[in-house]
Amino acid sequence: MNDGIGSPLNIFGILFGVILVAAYLTWLERRLLGIWQDRLGPNRVGPLGLLQVAADMIKIFMKEDWVPPFSDKPVFILAPALIMVTALMSFAVIPIAPNVGVIDLNIGLLFVLAFTSLSVYSAVLGGYASNNKYALMGTLRAASQSVSYEVFMGISLMGVVMLSGSFSLRDIVEAQRGGWYCFSQILGFLVFMVAAVAETHRTPFDLPEAEHEIVAGFHTEYSGMKFGMFFVGEYLSVLLSSMLVVVLFFGGWLGPGFLPPLIWFILKTFIFVCVFILLRAALPRPRYDQLMAFGWKVMLPVALLNLVLTGGVALWLGA
Amino acid sequence: MKILSVMFSQLVGMWLVLTHTFTKADTVEYPDEKPALFPRYRGRIILTRDPDGAERCVACNLCAVACPVDCIALQKTEDESGRWYPEFFRINFSRCIMCGFCEEACPTYAIQLTPDFEMCEYDRQNMVYEKEQLLINGPGKYHDYNFYRIAGKSVAGKDKGEAENEDRPIDVKSLIP
Repeated sequence: MNDGIGSPLNIFGILFGVILVAAYLTWLERRLLGIWQDRLGPNRVGPLGLLQVAADMIKIFMKEDWVPPFSDKPVFILAPALIMVTALMSFAVIPIAPNVGVIDLNIGLLFVLAFTSLSVYSAVLGGYASNNKYALMGTLRAASQSVSYEVFMGISLMGVVMLSGSFSLRDIVEAQRGGWYCFSQILGFLVFMVAAVAETHRTPFDLPEAEHEIVAGFHTEYSGMKFGMFFVGEYLSVLLSSMLVVVLFFGGWLGPGFLPPLIWFILKTFIFVCVFILLRAALPRPRYDQLMAFGWKVMLPVALLNLVLTGGVALWLGA
Repeated sequence: MKILSVMFSQLVGMWLVLTHTFTKADTVEYPDEKPALFPRYRGRIILTRDPDGAERCVACNLCAVACPVDCIALQKTEDESGRWYPEFFRINFSRCIMCGFCEEACPTYAIQLTPDFEMCEYDRQNMVYEKEQLLINGPGKYHDYNFYRIAGKSVAGKDKGEAENEDRPIDVKSLIP
């Protein structure tokens, strides 16, 4: 079963495929937002506007890449690279299909959680190094949001780990042959979905970069490709979160046999990417205290309840 | 319970947005698809001529006074028949806001706005239109109107009281009926 995993073709295919998809998510998001707001979105460059991404890339590379003289230069330059690296590292353990993947770690889930947690350093360091009031505000928000939403993100996934008895994402997918965890772990799924949106810093949880309040939050001072890397990093996180939801709750590559496993995985991931964009199209941004209160007073108890229920049922059924 | 109703309203909102997948976009794809412009649309300004082919503008300066952005400049002069006309007439379209106040102020229907807004230029100076560019060979929206045929002003070939629907002037110092 593990024949193709880790072959050079797989590694480079996933690396470039994931970056390409993340770049095209900008196009997808703008088109979908357009459709949902009764507009068209970018449709002039190439068929359906597909070459818009290339045009944006040319533009963003031509821009002046300005490092503010008052910033902490090494950290300022390091921060955007960090978000790309942490996001890309997590893709290594995602089981895309039985023979497509980079590595099958037996602590895959912990690896992903660790690297998504690390990605907040990008926002914190980037904002702090910018030496700018708005950036500092965004950094504060990113840090506290991360602290409160990491907690129940991890807890919400423990139910899945209990049921499958493994931290390996491939084993978790295989354990869902009897039934997807989105039914038995409905609470865990909902809590994880909220946490995933918060983790990717997207509307309605985009307070660290809330452009209506604090200019652009932690990346206020960034321009050119450094700004672009923050954005690609954000879209990589969206893709990663969608893939995680599919792997953990919707049976990964499993599906009726008329389509190959890879296609099933891509289809399911696409649906969740669209859900992420729908969230952005539909929901307003909460006030900051509302966000924190929701995290600690609602989501954390629900995640704990899910943990207790799952553990109780598992014990009762005689695991 | 409040939190449940709030969550429910968010789901309803998401559903409503999702239904917009199937509604038609309101966008008019402009260069390919021209928008519908109506006869009284306020666009590029023109100077018209009366039905006899003479300039309608009498250089009264009312349009220049009415203009809120001061984009109209003109100089009055007179021809040998006593008619007033502008020596030069200049509209700076990079300032013009297409408000139509000049058209409303004009006593002779000379200055009119047309349904044309496509006047982009690469050079700012090209946005300044002189009388040659503004004047057209037609009466615009008012086909039969001729100011000097109606107005009481005396010009060569038409004395006071000879205009349409105009009575002879009354000599107020005379006692003869």
